[in-house]
Amino acid sequence: MKEYFWLIQFLFSIVLAPLLPGIISRVKAIFAGRHGKPLLQGYFDLWRLMRKGEILCQGWPFVLAPAIVAASSILALAFLPLGGQTSPLGFAGDFIFAAYLLGMGRFALMLGALATGSAFEGMGASREAAFSALAEPALFLAFLIFSSFCIDMGHFSTADTGSAFSLNSMLKGQLVLAWHYGKAPLFIAPIVLFILLLAENCRIPVDDPTTHLELTMIHEVMILDQSGPNLAFMQYGASLKLWFFASLLASLTIPPMDFLPATLLWLGQIAVIGVLVGLVESLMARLRLVRVPHLLGMASALAALALILTQVS
Amino acid sequence: MEIYIASISIMLAAIPVLGVWAIADSLLAPKKSRYRMANICGAGLAAIACLVGFAGAVCGPWDFSIKAEHAHFAWGLPFGSLTLAIDPLSRLFLLPIYGLGLVCALSGAAALKHENAREHNLAAHWFFYNLLLLGMALVACAADGVLFLLAWEIMSLAPFFLIDFNDRDSKVRDAAWVYLTAAHLGAIFLMAFFIGLWQLTGQTGLDPAITANALKDVSPRTCSLLFILALVGFGAKAGLFPMHVWLPDAHPAAPSHVSALLSGAMINMGLYGVIRSTGLLAGPAGTAPGILGLIPGWWGWLVLVIGLCTALIGIIKALGQGNLKRLLAYSSVENMGLMFIGLGCGLIGISSGDAWIALLGFAGALLHMLNHAGFKGLLFLCAGEVLHSAGTLRLELLGGLQARMPLTGILFAIGAAAIACLPPLSGFTGEFALFMALANGASATGVEKQLGLLLSLGLLALVSGLACALYVKAYGMAFLGKPRSGFAQNAHCPPFNGVWPLLLPAAACIAGGLLAPQFFHMAAATAMQAAPLPGQLLGECLTSAAAIEPAFIYISIGGIGLTGLVVVVWLLRKACLRWRIVLNRETWGCGYQASSARIQYSEGSFSEPLARIFGPVMGLTLRGEPVRGIFPGLASLGLSAPDRIRNHVFTPLFEGIEKVCNACKIIQHGKIHLYIVYILVTVVGLLVWGLK
Repeated sequence: MKEYFWLIQFLFSIVLAPLLPGIISRVKAIFAGRHGKPLLQGYFDLWRLMRKGEILCQGWPFVLAPAIVAASSILALAFLPLGGQTSPLGFAGDFIFAAYLLGMGRFALMLGALATGSAFEGMGASREAAFSALAEPALFLAFLIFSSFCIDMGHFSTADTGSAFSLNSMLKGQLVLAWHYGKAPLFIAPIVLFILLLAENCRIPVDDPTTHLELTMIHEVMILDQSGPNLAFMQYGASLKLWFFASLLASLTIPPMDFLPATLLWLGQIAVIGVLVGLVESLMARLRLVRVPHLLGMASALAALALILTQVS
Repeated sequence: MEIYIASISIMLAAIPVLGVWAIADSLLAPKKSRYRMANICGAGLAAIACLVGFAGAVCGPWDFSIKAEHAHFAWGLPFGSLTLAIDPLSRLFLLPIYGLGLVCALSGAAALKHENAREHNLAAHWFFYNLLLLGMALVACAADGVLFLLAWEIMSLAPFFLIDFNDRDSKVRDAAWVYLTAAHLGAIFLMAFFIGLWQLTGQTGLDPAITANALKDVSPRTCSLLFILALVGFGAKAGLFPMHVWLPDAHPAAPSHVSALLSGAMINMGLYGVIRSTGLLAGPAGTAPGILGLIPGWWGWLVLVIGLCTALIGIIKALGQGNLKRLLAYSSVENMGLMFIGLGCGLIGISSGDAWIALLGFAGALLHMLNHAGFKGLLFLCAGEVLHSAGTLRLELLGGLQARMPLTGILFAIGAAAIACLPPLSGFTGEFALFMALANGASATGVEKQLGLLLSLGLLALVSGLACALYVKAYGMAFLGKPRSGFAQNAHCPPFNGVWPLLLPAAACIAGGLLAPQFFHMAAATAMQAAPLPGQLLGECLTSAAAIEPAFIYISIGGIGLTGLVVVVWLLRKACLRWRIVLNRETWGCGYQASSARIQYSEGSFSEPLARIFGPVMGLTLRGEPVRGIFPGLASLGLSAPDRIRNHVFTPLFEGIEKVCNACKIIQHGKIHLYIVYILVTVVGLLVWGLK
């Protein structure tokens, strides 16, 4: 029965993912006093692109990258315990696998960009390579904070140490229990994850998805030359990745409860995160590119600090 | 056992034949047909020997309770003995030796076919190739200290002649000298290690049960000294920081099949040596817990820190390289660092009694060693094809090779994705084991241990992120985009009969991901047999292995799932495009339609953001004119990362030694009558000393 619940939530994620960028741009439009795009613009775009032809350039990475990006994001999402339900795919160490699946998508994305031989796409790939490499330690340290909680608060003997390293047990209800105890690291972990969400999904302050100048973009410039269904896959994959991080952040505060309230809480939180991202995008300017490593370094340092606090307390 | 002896015998038979041939070749006038014959015979003999040995190593039982099989032979020296022993650890290290030996012989034979018969003595080349294989095989099987040192020396000497293949080039000669110096400096420490072991245990055999028993009463400080000696000696071979300086010189200088073999198989022997020597100092797996105290905690931390430094510096230096083979060489340094991180973890696990960390640390190191042999061999051989068809390895001159050499491009991409540790390929499994070992630091006792291991994991994540960036650069700059120069523009497609051997390591990269549970089982069983685990820990290791094995099954299923999903999405795209127009032409590119290929991002500009961040570590030097003013004129950016350890530590050191030696030349003046006086003074001095 539990698997069905998880499956329903997984289908929700698959279907609702393009809505999240819509929420963000809606918030930005309201802030700017514009009329703005409709909330469902993501779906309209996908539908339009799926019915178009394509212009391709030489090199298999350009042609194949969108499929890899979409597939790896879908699979990575499948390892997350969405909305408090246990993922049936979970295993010891699945957080590493999920992180590397996203890495595979990124690898294909960068190669696809380099395949065009355009200066702009090379620029995007170079920045993505640099910033994602710097974001990696923060992500892993954040996961370690959760697994440390698991080992501290759960009852794991040496024999089944492995189970503490599964996303299912990391993001289960005990995190909410830890909030009750007032564990300090838990106040830092969401900040780290939020910075990661902004960085990995190329939002302001790391990257501006709506700038008019290709010179300053990261993600959008890498998919600049894609068209038709391939562009649709790229955009869908990107929105799934955003959903992945939003869901990760949301699961920090979902207590163990019944399916229906948990699902509603989860979706509500993801919507709130979308609004938050929209607020950040409306209130902040993009950082200069040379300053982005400082932000990512700060995220890693915060994560390390939180980790030290989990071990010391 | 017989099968290994058979393969060693084939090499032993091949060596004198090729040796005589080489001498004959150098005396007789060069002839094309004899050159070809030498190429085929030399490579063929090596390939047959490797095939036999590989079959034996693959089939050999993989179980932690297997005892070593021994074979004794007659031996002419007054000390030591000719004893060979095969256990799972030897077998595991023989796999890359024989496997890559085979692939590199086949690929090398195809590459050398077209060389100039006047310039090269191929019989001599294959003579040393066989000698190198023999040396490595003997090192992996030697069960006696003297035999080990002899085999080590053969293994260290033969590559000098292999690297020096294009000896008309002064850079190649320099690289070969640097290699030889590094190999021999390492060997000095090893001699000290083995002589120390011999003096303390009273025998030269390398049976861990006997040596560890004899060392029981030796002070821990002496044991630690021996360990340091072994770590330095073997570390020089493995390319540990700061002794990595020979790798980035030797690999670009050597022919590609030699670099592949050196990087995929020979430097592993450094890891092998360190694992063996920990066994020798602390006893075999399953000994009584009394010996547990023999591994001090700091051994593991030392190895871990050295591994982390090596991995970080290796990958950061690699990012700054513009020569494809130099980049790959630094990446080998990084990968050896990863293996030593695993080893350090394993030792920490043993000394702190944590079976999970111990098992996964050792198994991760071994698994990564196996995987690394596959993808690094593949990448070096692909680089060889690039050099052969484009004529250069400088990334700033390459580009667009995917269209010109499609098969090589695909193979390089497989290798690049595998070494960037991306699922569903092989590299991920080893790194996964390392991550899991470090992640369990949270349940270790003591805050400093917990934090040490957990923060190391953060650094490991950084290394793997940088590795991903590095291989995007390597593949993207060489194979994608548009050709940046005439070299790439005119590159020809290598014929299939030269490229097909590369399919074997590529298959190994794919198999390593698909058969992850089998490979892990192999590595874990070997780890449990080879690591100095005390008896009680061994039992816990079995439980841990059983607990982690399902994860590897999930990884292989997940990998298949990913491939399946990609296919599904791809089919969906095909279905969507069924009635639509698909054009194969210049894409939009912001409207810069008439631009030249020079507008592309080059390797220097690609790595510039990371290079600026890690500049102080990388030893980054920027050349060229920055953009100035509102109407800038010519501007350029060149990025290079010369090895500072080499330029600022080793070069001054050796120059200093040279100065001292030159100063000593006063007594070496060539005047015979004064030499006779030296002899007289010495004899009188000795007599006086003897009388006293």
